[in-house]
Amino acid sequence: MTVFFQRIGEFLLFPFVRYALIVGVLIALCSSLLGVTLVLKRFSFIGDGLSHVAFGAMAVAAVVGLTNQMLIVMPVTVVSAILLLRTGQNARLKGDASVALISVFALAFGYLLMNIFPTSANVSADVCGTLFGSVSILTLSTLEVWVCAGLSVVTVLVFVIFYNRIFAVTFDENFAKATGVKTELYNMIIAVIVAVVIVLAMNLVGSLLISALIIFPALAAMRVCKSFLSVTICATGISVVTALVGLFLAIGLPQGVPVGPTIVVVQAVAFLLFYLVGFIKDRVRV
Amino acid sequence: MAQLLCDDLTIGYENGAILEGLSFSVEQGDYLAIVGENGSGKSTLMKTILGLLKPLKGEVAFGEGLRKYEIGYLPQQSAVQKDFPASVWEVVLSGCLAKRKFFPFYTKEDKARAAANIERLGISPLRTRSYRELSGGQQQRVLLARALCATERILLLDEPVSGLDPVVTAEMYEIIAGLHREGVTIIMISHDVQAAVRYANKILHIGKTPFFGKVEEYLTTERGREYVTEYKSAKEGEE
Repeated sequence: MTVFFQRIGEFLLFPFVRYALIVGVLIALCSSLLGVTLVLKRFSFIGDGLSHVAFGAMAVAAVVGLTNQMLIVMPVTVVSAILLLRTGQNARLKGDASVALISVFALAFGYLLMNIFPTSANVSADVCGTLFGSVSILTLSTLEVWVCAGLSVVTVLVFVIFYNRIFAVTFDENFAKATGVKTELYNMIIAVIVAVVIVLAMNLVGSLLISALIIFPALAAMRVCKSFLSVTICATGISVVTALVGLFLAIGLPQGVPVGPTIVVVQAVAFLLFYLVGFIKDRVRV
Repeated sequence: MAQLLCDDLTIGYENGAILEGLSFSVEQGDYLAIVGENGSGKSTLMKTILGLLKPLKGEVAFGEGLRKYEIGYLPQQSAVQKDFPASVWEVVLSGCLAKRKFFPFYTKEDKARAAANIERLGISPLRTRSYRELSGGQQQRVLLARALCATERILLLDEPVSGLDPVVTAEMYEIIAGLHREGVTIIMISHDVQAAVRYANKILHIGKTPFFGKVEEYLTTERGREYVTEYKSAKEGEE
């Protein structure tokens, strides 16, 4: 145990570890914000679909040889998010079907590209890293940290400003629309925030595990909290704490466990705990 | 000029009209019941009135200072809301958004109006409770309070008593009648034609033989009498 803390202490001396912690916390904070909305609008899987799109875009960016991959990944993901959320409303293709369609295609396309135009000797390691968020969080440049931090702050601000509208659109879209709220606009804002969060979160947990970051905290909080505000606050709390615990575990454990899966497992444990608490609470009340 | 006027309206979806040649008007202080068989186009008409759906022909005109989006709307419960974590206060307050065009947060007046409507519908004790824990009747009251936050003038109720037990149903009708007495115009979509002829002053029967007019006139038409009797016997059959 002391070895564990010693290791963490030693690692904290490195600036890149401190960056990783800051970015990790910020990403966790953002990603949990919209979880409740996505779960309740039955869009849980959209995070997954978009992350595959982001993976495909990343492969393209790598092949083209861009140094700042976000330049391609961000716009592609944002556009896909808008298209996917739109199809949810009046679609010929039902929401979940179009998500499945786009996500597997992007995944296959990305992997294919990476194999046809390999950018390094070890393609499988590259792919694995992108999918499960290898060590990229520890290799962020100062610029990337600033970009991450900036986008996180903007995301939180946008969410706070539109919080009441997002609530209305989530709770009862028809009522909101009938009373003159521009629901399309707010759905679009939700879509854009989700896309930004996903691109950011790829750094932390990799593209396969992003859904967990969005869904777990929201689901856990929904078991226990009663109001939308308390669920939102509780979800961000859970997300930040579990991300920190996951990051520290990944740093402190001598085996060198990967960051992404560790965070997700910690979140799953947190979800089980909250589920249990909610279950007991229900029993006590009845 | 009526509050709401539809003249020779054709409604439906892209792939075809559901109702054609629909004409009716709603005056300030009316209690209009829209009745008709399942699939006759009641929900389509409602969506058209609310502006969620464009009419295929004609238009829904608003008058007496009533503008589009000034209709308070009581929807049927959706599946999403069944496990939605939101407090009664949050739900009612969200009705005030209609009046907030750009300012992102609720003002003092909004909060006062929400509080007043919560009081008006007798759900003050539930204020901090979670919406999903409430009974069907309580949930309807919450949504009604929300609709009143959006407007004081005209309410559109979509099957307000579906899924409620007889006692709560009667209570709900009394609440609506009370709001009507206070001067709120009511448009109620219902398949409960007995309640419709009892509470409303005008009937719009849509379907094969459409009818629009006063309740008394409706009961003198063959179709109206038939429909009421059919409904009665069907209901007795159920019980």
